Order: sequence, then structure tokens, then C-alpha cells
Amino acid sequence: MCGTCGCGETDQISIRKPGENQEHAHSHKHTHDGHNHDHHHDHDHAHSHQHTGDHHHGAEIQLEQDILQKNNLLAERNRGFFEAKNILAINLVSSPGSGKTTILEKTIEKINKHHNLFIIEGDQQTMNDAERIDKAGAPVVQVNTGAGCHLDASMVNRAVKKLNPDEGSMVFIENVGNLVCPSMFDLGETCRVVIMSVTEGDDKPLKYPTMFETSDLCIINKTDLAPYVNFSTDKAREYALKVNHHLEIIEMSAQNDEGTEQWISWLEKQTRQ
Amino acid sequence: MHELSVAMSIVESVEEETHRAGGSSVSEIVLEIGILSGIIREALDFALEEAIKGTILQEADIRIEEIPGIAKCSSCGTEFRTGDHFTICPECMNPYTDIIQGKEMKIKSIKIAFK
Ligand SMILES: Nc1nc2c(ncn2[C@@H]2O[C@H](COP(=O)(O)OP(=O)(O)OP(=O)(O)O)[C@@H](O)[C@H]2O)c(=O)[nH]1
Ligand SMILES: [Mg+2]
Ligand SMILES: [Zn+2]
Ligand SMILES: [Zn+2]
Ligand SMILES: [Zn+2]
Ligand SMILES: [Zn+2]
Repeated sequence: MCGTCGCGETDQISIRKPGENQEHAHSHKHTHDGHNHDHHHDHDHAHSHQHTGDHHHGAEIQLEQDILQKNNLLAERNRGFFEAKNILAINLVSSPGSGKTTILEKTIEKINKHHNLFIIEGDQQTMNDAERIDKAGAPVVQVNTGAGCHLDASMVNRAVKKLNPDEGSMVFIENVGNLVCPSMFDLGETCRVVIMSVTEGDDKPLKYPTMFETSDLCIINKTDLAPYVNFSTDKAREYALKVNHHLEIIEMSAQNDEGTEQWISWLEKQTRQ
Repeated sequence: MHELSVAMSIVESVEEETHRAGGSSVSEIVLEIGILSGIIREALDFALEEAIKGTILQEADIRIEEIPGIAKCSSCGTEFRTGDHFTICPECMNPYTDIIQGKEMKIKSIKIAFK
């Protein structure tokens, strides 16, 4: 879907590996009357239709259908793929600049030798993050969402096909930096990890509860800067747990390599579950 | 603005259901949106207005039914109404509660017309 005008256009999304050329540059010109929809509705439906009333006048159909049903069905398909291949899939969400790519670089440096890691990078524009990951030494596919502010299950489905991750590997999906929208879109991940950095303030969990509520782990990053920005780790923990008392919390400074061991252990614990 | 994606999903599902039932246009759509779903009503109204233009939904009367939030205390089990994601249990003051209702985002029903 085109996030700018909502015209149902999908070719604005680009999915490619570092060094690959962009297949098409989508210029944003379309007429907004008489859209030519060309959708591929290729999933099985299971819903009961209840038609009441006269077919010549109209009918009421009870749907009771989740609005994001399409995304959710495709997410389940991704999840099935990950499970069948014994892959741990992690969806990393945060505000822009909290340190997602830096944490991934550290993770690759530390465990790429004994676990195969595969990365999907989500950003509105640029190949920058994919290039950083490529340099760090892991296979990567960049999804550019254009105007879209989150990854969805179909983008991940396409990216995974391109990435072709090994059996028993870990797949990290770095979502578009945004603390609101990605929370509503299941990608089929095994676990969701929310990252907040100390420069964003300790009340982030209260301001953006949905993201913290739907995550399994919260990383508080850039703790090296805490003394300079008046950030209370205790308060951040308290707020995060208030919103989601099942949340696990790790304090980290990806730059100074603090808390990364704990993160790696957490990942290894998930692979055993 | 995830409301735009949400609006597009609504249009797509409703178009599909209408075609399937042999309808030619939609006269009414009833949505159920939980107050804790993360959807901003005004943003959804605006996005829907844009998203239905030029589709078989464009004449539809769109009704949104709000579903109130209910939380359940993880300690004493009390269920109580809530307007946010972090409420203290009114019975035992435990701060750890789970949302059990209010996150819904559903298309409840549609009314379609035939040619
Ligand atoms: N001081 C400090 N800086 C950090 C730390 N982690 C990351 N940074 C810096 O924060 C900036 C943003 O980091 P990224 O890893 O690019 O953040 P991101 O979440 O991937 O950003 P987007 O993909 O744009 O959303 C960079 O300049 C990093 O060097 C940390 O632990 N401490
Ligand atoms: Mg990044
Ligand atoms: Zn467009
Ligand atoms: Zn269509
Ligand atoms: Zn958004
Ligand atoms: Zn209680």
C-alpha cells in the first residue's frame, strides 16, 4: 500500500541487498479517481456469511473480523516458516536513533561465529543501515518503506524470501524507527524487543504504552550518557513494568559494551525455548 | 500515521467481502474500536474519508462503536474499567494489571447493496 495517498500501490517499497540496483524508481503521480486495483488475494478465508434481507435491496453481513486480519494471517505464515526452520526471529522496535543498528553490530561481532545471523533492515529511505550490517559481516536485506512508518508482514515475507536464512539461525528485523505504528503490526516474530535510550527520558513507557505492552524485552541503551541527561533508571524500570509486568529489562551501553553479555544470554535462552 | 494503513485494510476487506457476496456498493460499515487500541479517532476518521474515495465504499455511512477498557488485577483478580494502560488495582493497590478488553479493532458488520 502507498502510505502517502493510500492508493494501494506497492511498488514504492523497495527490498534489496547492498550493492544491488534499485529495480524501479516510483514517481508519485497517479490520478485519484478510478483507481485500478490489482490485488493478489491469495489466502484462504474461513468466515461465515450471514445474509439477511432481500438481495435486490441490500443485505447486512456480520463480519466480526479483525481489521488487520490480512496482516495477521500473513504474520502467522511467517511464524510458521520460522518455526519450521527452527529460526529465532527478533523484531527490534524503538524511536529513531535509540541504537538498534549499533546493538546489531555488537551482536554480530559477538556471536556470528557460533550462530548464523541474518538481518532485515527497515528504514523509510537509504541503504545506510544495510551497509553498516554488511560491513559487520552478516547477510542483510534492506526494506525501504518510502512514506510507510512501519514494516508489515508482507514486507517481511518478501525480505525473508530474498534473505533465505539458514535452518537454526537467528533473524533480526530492525523495524522503522517509530514508537507508535510498528506496535500494531505483527511480523510473525518470535520475540519483540523494544529499545529506549536514556536521552529520550525515563517516562517513554508511559507516553508510548502500546509498544512496551506488546514487547517481551526492553533494552535501556546508552546508559553511559545517563549521568549527563538526568535519567533515572529506577523510574524507567518502574514505568515499564507498570505498563507490562511481564517485560524483562536489560540496561546497556552498546558503545561501551556494557550489558551486551546479558543480551546474548537472553538470546541464547530464547533459542532453547 | 498507522491509521492510514488501518483505513486501507478496512477498505480492502470490505471490498473483498462485498464482491464475494455479489454486492455492488456499501451503504453502512460498523467498526468496533477499543479505546486502548492505539487508534486515534480523529486520525482514523480523516484517513477513512480519504481511503474510501473512488471506491464502492464512498457512499457508506461509517459508524464507530467504542469498546471500553477493562483491566484485571494480576494479584487479586478484580476486573475494573480503565481508560489507560497502567492502572492500579482499586481493591488491593497492586500496580500490575493486565488489559483484558479495549484493544479490539474490528469490522463488525457491513450493509451492502445489489445492482
Ligand atoms: N553514547 C552512546 N551512543 C550510542 C550508543 N548506542 C548507539 N549510540 C549512537 O546513537 C546514534 C544512533 O545509533 P543507531 O544504532 O544508528 O540507531 P538506530 O536505532 O539504528 O537508528 P535508526 O535506524 O535511524 O532508527 C549513533 O550515533 C550511535 O553511535 C550507546 O550505547 N551510547
Ligand atoms: Mg538503524
Ligand atoms: Zn501513491
Ligand atoms: Zn481491491
Ligand atoms: Zn505511522
Ligand atoms: Zn487487586
